[in-house]
Amino acid sequence: MLNFLTRRLGVMALTMICLTFVVFYLVNLEPNLRKLAISQTEMHASDEHIESWLTKNGYRRPFLERYAAWIGVWQKQPNIDPESGKPVSRFSYCDEPAVPVFAGVIEGDFGCSTKFKTKVADKMLPALRATGLLMFWVMATMVPVALFLGILSGMREGSKLDRVLSVLSIVTTSTPEYVSGVVLTIIFGTWLGWLNGSAASATGDGITFYNFTLPVITPAIYGMGYIARMTRASMAEVMTAQYIRTARLKGLSFYAVIIKHALRNALIAPFTVIMLLFPWLLTGVVIVEVMFRYQGFGLALVEAAGNNDIDLMLACSLVSVVLVLATQLISDVGYAYLNPRIRVQ
Amino acid sequence: MEFLSTSDIVFRALAQFTPVWLSLFVLLALSLLFKRKLGLYGYVVETGTGFAGVLLLAFWLFTAIFAARIAPFDPLGQISAMKDALPGAIEKISGQPYLFGGDKLARDVFSRMVFGSRIVLIIAPLATLLALSVGIMLGLPAGYFGKRIDSVLSFLANLILAFPIILLFYLLVSPGILETPIPYALAGVFFLFPIILLYTLFWSGYRAHPLQMAIRLLLTSLVGGWLFATFVFDHDPFHILRVSPSTLNIFAAVALASGPGIFRIVRGLTLEIKTREYVQAAQTRGESAWYIMLWEILPNARGPLIVDACLRIGYTTILIGALGYFGLGMPPESPDWGTAIKESSRLLRAFVHPALPPALAMMSFVLGLNLLADALREQSLKD
Amino acid sequence: MVEPILEISNLSISFFTRAVEIPAVMDFSCKIMPGESMGLVGESGCGKSTVALAILRDLARIGRITDGTIKFNGRDMATLSDEELMRVRGSEIAMVYQEPMASLNPTMKIEQQLTEVLFIHEKVSKQEAYDRALEMMKAVRLPDPERMMRSYPHQLSGGQQQRIVIAMALLANPKLLILDEPTTALDVTVEAGIVELVKDLGNRFGTSMLFISHNLGLILETCDRVTVMYSGEAVESGPIHEVFGAVRHPYTQGLFRSMPLLGKNRNSSPLVPIPGQLPLPHERPQGCNFGPRCSYFTDGVCNRADIAMLPAGTPSHQSRCLRIEAIDWDAAAKGGAANVPTAIGENLLDVHSLKKHYQVAASELFGGREARTVKAVEDVSFTAREAETVAIVGESGCGKSTLAKVLLGLETATGGTALFDATEIQSDPIDKRSTKLISSVQMIFQNPFDTLNPSYSVGSQIVRTLERFGIGSSTEERESMMLELLDLVKLPRAFATRMPRQLSGGQKQRIGVARAFAGRPRMIIADEPMSALDVSVQAAITELLTNLQRQSRTTMLLISHDLSLVRYLSDRVIVMYLGHIVEQGTTDQIFQPPYHPYTEALLAAIPLADTTAKKRKVVLEGEIPSAMSPPPGCPFQTRCHLKAKVAGGLCESVVPPMRVLTDGHAIKCHLPSEVLDAMTPVIS
Repeated sequence: MLNFLTRRLGVMALTMICLTFVVFYLVNLEPNLRKLAISQTEMHASDEHIESWLTKNGYRRPFLERYAAWIGVWQKQPNIDPESGKPVSRFSYCDEPAVPVFAGVIEGDFGCSTKFKTKVADKMLPALRATGLLMFWVMATMVPVALFLGILSGMREGSKLDRVLSVLSIVTTSTPEYVSGVVLTIIFGTWLGWLNGSAASATGDGITFYNFTLPVITPAIYGMGYIARMTRASMAEVMTAQYIRTARLKGLSFYAVIIKHALRNALIAPFTVIMLLFPWLLTGVVIVEVMFRYQGFGLALVEAAGNNDIDLMLACSLVSVVLVLATQLISDVGYAYLNPRIRVQ
Repeated sequence: MEFLSTSDIVFRALAQFTPVWLSLFVLLALSLLFKRKLGLYGYVVETGTGFAGVLLLAFWLFTAIFAARIAPFDPLGQISAMKDALPGAIEKISGQPYLFGGDKLARDVFSRMVFGSRIVLIIAPLATLLALSVGIMLGLPAGYFGKRIDSVLSFLANLILAFPIILLFYLLVSPGILETPIPYALAGVFFLFPIILLYTLFWSGYRAHPLQMAIRLLLTSLVGGWLFATFVFDHDPFHILRVSPSTLNIFAAVALASGPGIFRIVRGLTLEIKTREYVQAAQTRGESAWYIMLWEILPNARGPLIVDACLRIGYTTILIGALGYFGLGMPPESPDWGTAIKESSRLLRAFVHPALPPALAMMSFVLGLNLLADALREQSLKD
Repeated sequence: MVEPILEISNLSISFFTRAVEIPAVMDFSCKIMPGESMGLVGESGCGKSTVALAILRDLARIGRITDGTIKFNGRDMATLSDEELMRVRGSEIAMVYQEPMASLNPTMKIEQQLTEVLFIHEKVSKQEAYDRALEMMKAVRLPDPERMMRSYPHQLSGGQQQRIVIAMALLANPKLLILDEPTTALDVTVEAGIVELVKDLGNRFGTSMLFISHNLGLILETCDRVTVMYSGEAVESGPIHEVFGAVRHPYTQGLFRSMPLLGKNRNSSPLVPIPGQLPLPHERPQGCNFGPRCSYFTDGVCNRADIAMLPAGTPSHQSRCLRIEAIDWDAAAKGGAANVPTAIGENLLDVHSLKKHYQVAASELFGGREARTVKAVEDVSFTAREAETVAIVGESGCGKSTLAKVLLGLETATGGTALFDATEIQSDPIDKRSTKLISSVQMIFQNPFDTLNPSYSVGSQIVRTLERFGIGSSTEERESMMLELLDLVKLPRAFATRMPRQLSGGQKQRIGVARAFAGRPRMIIADEPMSALDVSVQAAITELLTNLQRQSRTTMLLISHDLSLVRYLSDRVIVMYLGHIVEQGTTDQIFQPPYHPYTEALLAAIPLADTTAKKRKVVLEGEIPSAMSPPPGCPFQTRCHLKAKVAGGLCESVVPPMRVLTDGHAIKCHLPSEVLDAMTPVIS
């Protein structure tokens, strides 16, 4: 087990390095740097102007050196004031020191957001908290309902109930967030006026049923059909297994067979799916946050990408990659735990 | 401004689709008439879900084909009097109504929805086909040989899968990136895969028939070369097709996003099928590895792959919609459904009508694909 | 008068699909008395499992009883309410089926699964349930029952799992136990153990049994009475010795004639296959279902109307045949003419000290733990001559399939040599071999349902083989050669355009044979070629193979665990255990003492369908060790019943040398000569 975990962690570290390197390369492409310089100098800058801004702020240093500095295995250099020739802080609004320091990810310093003019950590933490809350409620509504529906329809495959639920699941999987969001807002926001079509107030005034319901059920609906179909397939397969017949011929009633023998076996496959759904939910959350103006991780990502906010982009990718890899790991470990047949190798 | 009544709107909208209804009628009549000779398709049409799926898909396919006939207005044309016009408003000069109203730039929502189908119906299936050939070309050897090849390819696939899609799109489909060679290189590599796939297919399968092999390889080179020049370099020697760099970029990004998923499926199927005795039989008569992969294993993986391709076209449609929704890749005036939803969703409190048609169009098309996939899976399991 | 436990009268069951009603069982009657065991025998698709499930009222949703009654303990099962049915299931009627692994819940510990039976049917305390379960585990002779109670099913071997399933079935002390092919998925020596156990438990607990099997031998060993089923009907039933001793239905007779009973031999008394095929359920003929395949068929008698069961000789013996009196049951079969034995030629294959070790590594991209070695084949030497049939016998994991792979070039050897036609082939993988060599060594596979690619027509698969081997110069020529090959394996030429799914198992296996013989091979490796086929089909394929081999003078390596088949078909026999050859010699030498203790156990494990034969009991304990961790010393020492006769613990420390006993008969055993000489025949 320990062996397995260390190996997995090794692969995870390598994946993170590869991914951040790719992201670092892409955000440092020439057109993107120019975009950054233009948004930072806030004027119709001439080419020389842009060039001098980039040089001054250290964007013309060797690529690998900057990547190493971001990771924290190389010193971050301060800016040199062209007039006095003295080192000055790079981003004053982030209290960066005017001396070379090791201040990268492994030191816990995620850098400075040029868009929000604050430390990345100060921007990310509240955003993550907000998104975590959103994701929690999405999962909390989506998973139980989906599992219940899936089990209900897989229990008696081919019955009328199964057919109805199956078509319902297919309809929800065909409704991406930006479609269901629009439709739901029209129905509940514009026409009925029961719910708020914006969650902007949730950041300041706290979440309420009125402003938070739509952002939660919009991604939940899209994912629900998927999990329900997975569960149904798994349940239907288990119900045809020989050991279910064994249980039935032991003299157990239909529902006792379902609860004692079928459920645990049928939930193994959906469990993995649910864990792997977290990264997928991240995309949905971005759409939902943009649509409902909810101040979370997704909105930060979109703002960072729109302005080529290098450090914020990198932090966002790091967060998402960690989420992806962590859920994969949990999914594998959980699978092995739930399924005694699979021993971790 | 004059308006049509609700029943008139419905009636005239249905009337606009006349070519679609006619084609649908012919198609379904033929399908039901000859269902016993159509193999799996025949069985699928017989089921309720399958029929509904085919109906929805065919509807949008014919809409895309006859778009110019169906749409009364130019999807990009702005008639300033019609800004935010409600459904059924009659445009004075032509006397034609804006059936589903006008959007905030005074364009006809109905015509935009009709023309939007073209973009989705071209990009989504083609990008999926591209990803399919990449997934097959890499998934087969990974599953068949295993060992190091599998480790390396699986690591790469997982690497791409670890990218949240939205981040991938922001990085790869931004306007700035078009100034760099990255999208062209990426697309160049991807578009090579179908050509290599066909080459290997014919090369391994027609050893004993050199003439047939030569003809097939030549055809592949000609058609493949033409498409390659058209798509990757936007330089169609016959000047038939034009592919703008931003469209190419979408192709590359979408193929990159769905390639790893297909890779994993193909790899899994290969692992399962390679233990079959007919694969061993092929090995014992000394067939080459690629012959076994492409001619013994792949045909028997087709069932799950077709089902997956169906689902994946739907998913790709959703991805393309998301691209439009985030304003990535597509030009801002593009009539595609994702962009249209984005444009209209900001003003939902004031005007509802520009948002609903593209949203329902998107949903019904994806629903058609998912229903078809479901029916296909059920019917192929029965065999 | 004693009431029967189970009385089925005139039972008919149909399956209703969207289009048609498919009758699965028709007019089936049988009676089981208390303490009696009834055998239900027939080939696949005859409806025997459907009967079993109907007794428990557990048919699939599309299945329905259309006529007749099932009375259990005097009560009509159809009238039971759901609660009553649940009470009967498990506590009064219990069932054991074919796949032990699939019948146990993979996520529940054995203890829970066992005690659950008691909790459902009796009010017992936890402790009492545990104690009774443990007691039952001991009764089915499981080693270390306390530990097993805490295990999950996958941690046990197939034989152990089946013992658990039997324990579970017997726990609530049922009056009737239904066993549906309980040993089919197991190795022969393990099967013998289970059969022993079932017989013993039946006597001890006085449980009545319904034993379903396709194997006549197993039925003879376990049952008091037997019912033979064909195409949904019972065709013959009666006390086992009467039925097996004096067959009174042409189908049962056909079954016996198509079985390689001990004493039969491919030259002196060839098998007589039943012609034709089992009719599809909705295409059954008028009158006698067996009519079209029956050599006694008389037009106007057999095909006039439905036939009822008629008494045959004694009142308890019945048969569904109108011509019982007219047929001379003791006459020899027609067409079973003797053959002249083929002359054996020169050495073709010479294998010397062949070894194949696998590295099993958990290695991923970044290295892994240390690799472990599986010694699949360890020290194998033998020869095979032209036109000779050499059988390789052994149970799963003995290395016979790995040996075949090395000879075919699908694997390369770790050590030793294999000379084919005086050329070393052991380290040439197949892509390094010449087309001539590849076409000279071909294979017939085990599973006919898996041996043809479902995506291509039968003909094109044969043509492709010809193409590969460079036989024929044009497609037209190959097409005509393919048609000739179809003639050769006695299939109609129209089959060339059929897809594999349109063929029956036997027909597919014929195509497999045609494909193997397409390149005029000099050596054929047949890997359990009959094991997936029904008895009557087996005979036809066996005869086909024998005739083809005789004509083409091909060498055949027959891999099999079925010693009856081996005795019938082969000239010489090699017995393998855990990668070692433990005994080899001519067929006569192997089947007569002195034996290697493993061979002795294998022979004793054959279920004999012969009422006159007597068998000495040799039952092996334990299971086959894994090739990953073979025991030290003699590979067979962990299960050997004669180990005590070797002094000084030699078996545990030293691998025995190959001892030549008589000309060509060699044995890998430490047993002293006097013990070997004192051995008596297992079968007499």
